[in-house]
Amino acid sequence: MQPLWSQQAVPRAADIISTVEFNHSGDLLATGDKGGRVVIFQREQENKSRPHSRGEYNVYSTFQSHEPEFDYLKSLEIEEKINKIRWLPQQNAAHFLLSTNDKTIKLWKISERDKRAEGYNLKDEDGRLRDPFRITALRVPILKPMDLMVEASPRRIFANAHTYHINSISVNSDHETYLSADDLRINLWHLEITDRSFNIVDIKPANMEELTEVITAAEFHPHQCNVFVYSSSKGTIRLCDMRSSALCDRHSKFFEEPEDPSSRSFFSEIISSISDVKFSHSGRYMMTRDYLSVKVWDLNMESRPVETHQVHEYLRSKLCSLYENDCIFDKFECCWSGSDSAIMTGSYNNFFRMFDRNARRDVTLEASRENSKPRASLKPRKVCTGGKRKKDEISVDSLDFNKKILHTAWHPAENIIAVAATNNLYIFQDKVN
Amino acid sequence: QDTQEKEGILPERAEEAKLKAKYPSLGQKPGGSDFLMKRLQKGVWDTISYTFTSEPKGALGMRTQKYFDSGDYNMAKAKMKNKQLPSAGPDKNLVTGDHIPTPQDLPQRKSSLVTSKLAG
Repeated sequence: MQPLWSQQAVPRAADIISTVEFNHSGDLLATGDKGGRVVIFQREQENKSRPHSRGEYNVYSTFQSHEPEFDYLKSLEIEEKINKIRWLPQQNAAHFLLSTNDKTIKLWKISERDKRAEGYNLKDEDGRLRDPFRITALRVPILKPMDLMVEASPRRIFANAHTYHINSISVNSDHETYLSADDLRINLWHLEITDRSFNIVDIKPANMEELTEVITAAEFHPHQCNVFVYSSSKGTIRLCDMRSSALCDRHSKFFEEPEDPSSRSFFSEIISSISDVKFSHSGRYMMTRDYLSVKVWDLNMESRPVETHQVHEYLRSKLCSLYENDCIFDKFECCWSGSDSAIMTGSYNNFFRMFDRNARRDVTLEASRENSKPRASLKPRKVCTGGKRKKDEISVDSLDFNKKILHTAWHPAENIIAVAATNNLYIFQDKVN
Repeated sequence: QDTQEKEGILPERAEEAKLKAKYPSLGQKPGGSDFLMKRLQKGVWDTISYTFTSEPKGALGMRTQKYFDSGDYNMAKAKMKNKQLPSAGPDKNLVTGDHIPTPQDLPQRKSSLVTSKLAG
């Protein structure tokens, strides 16, 4: 796997990108940021007169999804940062997505308007009201084309259902319901009903002193509408079947890799905390991301993962400093390629890693405008761990831990990836001539 | 295979020793309830304060400030946005107070989310 990648960097002046998600066709790419804004990019149609703009993504719509709020009981601010965006499958001309901050989920409708009515009876073309006594004849307004306008409107607001901070939302394959998960609870919603939700998982202990783990991510199965999984801060994944009982506190399957007790250290539990869980498109596998690796699990085998890929094993000898600067708690996401043949996740220094599962090869690439030119292929990077640093290698100590790639997304069908590097969005495409 | 495992373990243990040397008062159970409780309060790993730091730490400048009350919050927001009157987040869709609402003032009725079955 050595594709050529062209590159398009989209600089964002203000805010740090906090989530990236392609829609089901891949024509739209949504990003959410720390300032509560959602920016949607649309892929340009192929144009013979401008062959170089094939498939470029341009801004389609921008709107303010969430505003900061104040929690009166705790005297704390509720951040407007968008934690997750999930698209609904498209059913008509409009597009729908769910966006969530720590406490509130919103359903947004994004629709196009390319016609406007002219020839009203009661008002002029500039909007001024006509004097009704001066109107002597009636006319029928006609529709005229206008410049395309993309409007985003909030259609549902799902609020007040989470005491703790929402980390995940996932739309069910039934297209009617979705789940939202916070640190201790998972709720099931119907997309039409905003005044109530159904609690399906509650791991809050009666005595909070007994708290040993929290929920870190949750997702519905892509095809089986009764199945979902949730991951924990202890590195375990529970698969639940909503047919078995109303409250899914008891799992149907429990996935955990056995740990060698002699290798346990202060950091073991922290680095085993799963930051993201994603089902494969096939529905047969799921992938988990912990601090140093990504693991692929076969849903039929709970005892251990079928694949383990090291993301940045060289950080194991830096855990002390990573704990001191809080980087050990960074929550990296991971994603599958459309065919499930490859997986991708981010790292530090604006590096991201891709693993070809079939060819059993991996590559480290960098999302940076300084180190690569637009439309040039990306050069693989290498981190040097030992003593002698070869040319073009980067030593572990010169990695920039403030440049972290936490959010990446892969187009559902093609080899197009979106990589969020702090406040910059990079889109890389397979160049096929 | 044994030596390979040990080589993998050793760096982690060495790092642990480094940490304990710097902060001897560090709790025995890092995954214990103290740790998690702080996470629940702050909500994100990177705003937890530990026993050896006095201020809650934030990555990339995330807000960790606690306010005395809602008045304090609103004044802080007003200073940030440089407005005359701080808004406590009014619902802009509601028409309140001044006059009797007319049909133009009310928000337009939006069509249903569910597509009509007639639309095939």
